[in-house]
Amino acid sequence: MMSSFALFAVVLVYLALLFLVAHLAEKKKSKIWINNPYIYALSLAVYCTAWTYYGSIGVAATSGLNYLPIYIGPIMVIPAWIYINTRIVRISRVNKISSLADFIALRYGNSRSFSAIITLVCLFAIVPYIGLQIKAISETFHLVTETPMSKNILTDNATFVVLLIALFSSYYGTKYVDASEKRLGIISAIALESFLKLFFIIILGLFVIYFAFDGFSDIYQKASKFPDFKAKNTFNGIEGAMNWMILCMISGTAICILPRQFHTAIIENRQEKHIKTAIWFFPLYLLIFTFFIFPIAWGGRLIFEGQNVNPEFYSILIPQHFNNTLITVLVFLGGLSSSVSMIIISAITLSIMVSNNLIIPYGLLGKFKAENEVQNTRNITNIRKFSIFGLVILAFCFYKYFILKTSLDSVGLISFVIIGQLAPAFFGALFWRRGSYKGAVIGLLAGLAICYFGLIIPQYYFSYNQDVKGALREIYDAFQFFDIPYLTRIPEIFFWSILINTGLFTILSVSMKGDYRERNFAELYVDIDKYIQNHENAFIWRGTAYVSDIKNILERFLGKKKTEQAMRIFNIKYNIDSQTETADSRFIKFSENLLAGRIGTASAKILIEGVTKEDKISLKEVLNILEESKENITLNKKLIEKSEELKQLSNDLSSANENLIIKDRQKDDFLDSVAHELRTPITAIRSAGEILADDDDIPLDIKREFLNNIITESDRLSEIINDILYLDKLQHGEIALNIHENNIIETYKKALSPILHLIQQKNIHISEVDLLNQYIFEYDEARMIQLFHNILGNALKFTDEQGTIQTKLSEKDDFLIIKVFNTGKNIPEEDLEMIFDKFYQSKNQNIIKPTGSGLGLAISKRLVEAHSGNIKAENSGLGVTFTITLPKKNQKQ
Amino acid sequence: MKKILIADDEHKILMSLEYSFRKIGYEVFIARDGTEVLEFLKTLIPDVILLDIMMPNLDGYSTLEEIKKNEALNNTKVLFLSAKNNPTDIEKGLEMGADAYVTKPYSIKKLISQIEELFNS
Repeated sequence: MMSSFALFAVVLVYLALLFLVAHLAEKKKSKIWINNPYIYALSLAVYCTAWTYYGSIGVAATSGLNYLPIYIGPIMVIPAWIYINTRIVRISRVNKISSLADFIALRYGNSRSFSAIITLVCLFAIVPYIGLQIKAISETFHLVTETPMSKNILTDNATFVVLLIALFSSYYGTKYVDASEKRLGIISAIALESFLKLFFIIILGLFVIYFAFDGFSDIYQKASKFPDFKAKNTFNGIEGAMNWMILCMISGTAICILPRQFHTAIIENRQEKHIKTAIWFFPLYLLIFTFFIFPIAWGGRLIFEGQNVNPEFYSILIPQHFNNTLITVLVFLGGLSSSVSMIIISAITLSIMVSNNLIIPYGLLGKFKAENEVQNTRNITNIRKFSIFGLVILAFCFYKYFILKTSLDSVGLISFVIIGQLAPAFFGALFWRRGSYKGAVIGLLAGLAICYFGLIIPQYYFSYNQDVKGALREIYDAFQFFDIPYLTRIPEIFFWSILINTGLFTILSVSMKGDYRERNFAELYVDIDKYIQNHENAFIWRGTAYVSDIKNILERFLGKKKTEQAMRIFNIKYNIDSQTETADSRFIKFSENLLAGRIGTASAKILIEGVTKEDKISLKEVLNILEESKENITLNKKLIEKSEELKQLSNDLSSANENLIIKDRQKDDFLDSVAHELRTPITAIRSAGEILADDDDIPLDIKREFLNNIITESDRLSEIINDILYLDKLQHGEIALNIHENNIIETYKKALSPILHLIQQKNIHISEVDLLNQYIFEYDEARMIQLFHNILGNALKFTDEQGTIQTKLSEKDDFLIIKVFNTGKNIPEEDLEMIFDKFYQSKNQNIIKPTGSGLGLAISKRLVEAHSGNIKAENSGLGVTFTITLPKKNQKQ
Repeated sequence: MKKILIADDEHKILMSLEYSFRKIGYEVFIARDGTEVLEFLKTLIPDVILLDIMMPNLDGYSTLEEIKKNEALNNTKVLFLSAKNNPTDIEKGLEMGADAYVTKPYSIKKLISQIEELFNS
């Protein structure tokens, strides 16, 4: 097949590819990459490890449907993430949480010991799991190269592969120290691996279905000839179903709590909305896997029937059986992808926990006292690097000396059950205010004890030392009493341990009230949505602390510049004078948060505690303050709403006021023009009167002319005054229209007759065009006469000698249309609308100032509008046309 | 004989002014708007110009601007005769360089003596 050397080279190339992707992602940081929800969703698939790739196939081949719960459990739970994970992400963001241990321990009072316990639990659960991956890499490597496993570590190629992985993880995993900085490089590499492993399993699946066999139904038919096929692929009554359900519960819990899942789903989450994509993408991913595992497993059974072959490695053995090197290597790489991604992420997240919760708080806090920021950061990074390295080596040792004989499947499940002990405390943190530290710790320890007794001991002691007798065995047998007949060992232990764990947690939390600090965090967690805006306010603390002391500590880890920046933002947010010397609770919380991003919540708290002096507060007081604060938040919201309403109202008033001012000004302008219009006839009258009074020998004809002037100008004055008052009444709706049915032609004639002689005097030719089907319309006749009078009079003024005036009467739909055309000068375009304004005087030179009041057209317009019609003027060739449109029917009086 | 150019678009007002100034010995020229005024001024140098402000074609203000540009008319007295009474208009007219601003309605007698004062000062 393939030589060791060649395969090793392939592995190197593959790792180099990962390295390249991580490097590019870090360097480029392009928006597409950072904001891509699919990268996030793919990274969650780190859930599928070598266990999925190889172990599940083994389970499917040997115990049938039991391979499904590992996938079905998460698929059932993940929809709830839209609610749960959003909240977890918020809590984590706000508190700068960098690991699962931080998340849980912070909630229960930020206890150093609790976070240490959780870290240890994770170590016990995950290190063997990492060993599992190494085992898979090593064994598949040897399978593909058809070399025997070497007893000597140094000549075992797997060793070198493992070393490379450890180096890669420790370099890229520790680039960023702060919890808020996302490890884009690593996550991109993980996403790529998730994609590759799915891709390769699909290739393998298609190979088995369509090449090794003739389709899915072919496999099914042939496999069903196995005697155990039916039994394995149906639920065997209640027993099978119950086991199955509990296995689903185990994996459903694991998908939320496994450190690597918490890390990719929560810590590395960049945008809350990515969760929405993950909700459908990830289950889909899992479904594809489940689909292909079945044919591979049973295909393997069929091909290798009668041979003593480990079904866990069917995926390698099948293509190898058909001498297809390419697919064999691809499958190997797929398995490698799944192992490597698990190792990287788990190592990183465990190292964060180990450094933040074990090493720093219990040993090295002292070391950070005198150092500067760069040094401190380097120390933290180094601690993490060594942790990663150390953990991988530890896992390797574990693999070599412990799991050689165990199946992948059982180690994986045991791991899940152990990590599942964190579930009551974890979910309780999110939903239950009363959950207390004591309850959580004792419940956890009890659950762990049961796991140890029920799983670890039989697994590791009894399987190696079958005949051990003695006290341990006797105690053990005594517990047979608790056997549940339907469940196999692992689900049974899971059931009991979780039951006892949750029970103790609940009972102890209810009977013993937690201290105020726990309660504080409980409120913050459960009500994260309320407090998210200013969570520093939700933290109750009383005591003495000085800003300068705390600032010193911050500078040691964040550096001078970042500390100053952060403090400036804090001061602005809470409107605090930068000269303030004493620190309040908000500042304490704020500082703890900043530090927690670097060294974890437990150590941050210890450091800050070191320079502050806290006063005792009673739980009751804390709850009261929190209640008040919640009320304030609701009150605040209401105030903001009210303030918005008031602003809107004030805006409305403003514009109404402006309107009034404009109207006022328009009125002033109007009065101005009225005064102006009145003064002109008065001037003529006065001048004529003055002359008549002073001049004794004025010629008679001139005398008569002046006297005439007085009379006509007085009339004119009257007319103006009347029109002004009339127009005012019209505008205020004070003139009631007297609407009746009238004959339009007769009305027209009535209007025309008084000015007929004037028209004839100017030798103007006047005519009417009648296109009407009816003559009776509804209008106020007196007003209509007035209107015609105005328009015709206007036409008369502007028609030159021997010109033409033509009136055209027509209908259109429900309207009566009257057009009055006169020959004469055109009206300038810009004036066509303005001539209907009061006293309008054209700026343009060509309009002869009309005699009369100057209000005629304005009045006409109002009259037309009072009838719900409209009037307009337009230039038509050699003259001007006024068009009046009136509704045929109007509301009768 | 002094020459006076009177500009107003109201015929009846022109009539009164023409009669009165002829009576006291002026040679009277009549214009109905600013353009007619400028037309006159091409060949005529009057001693007095009476300008209405609100006239068609070219209003009183623009006419005065043109008059001011004409050096030949430096000694001509120009008076605004206008129905526009508010202080801003009066100020504007005077700032533009009119020798006086008379508001309508006016007393013809007062107008005549005002013009005389202008010649005496």
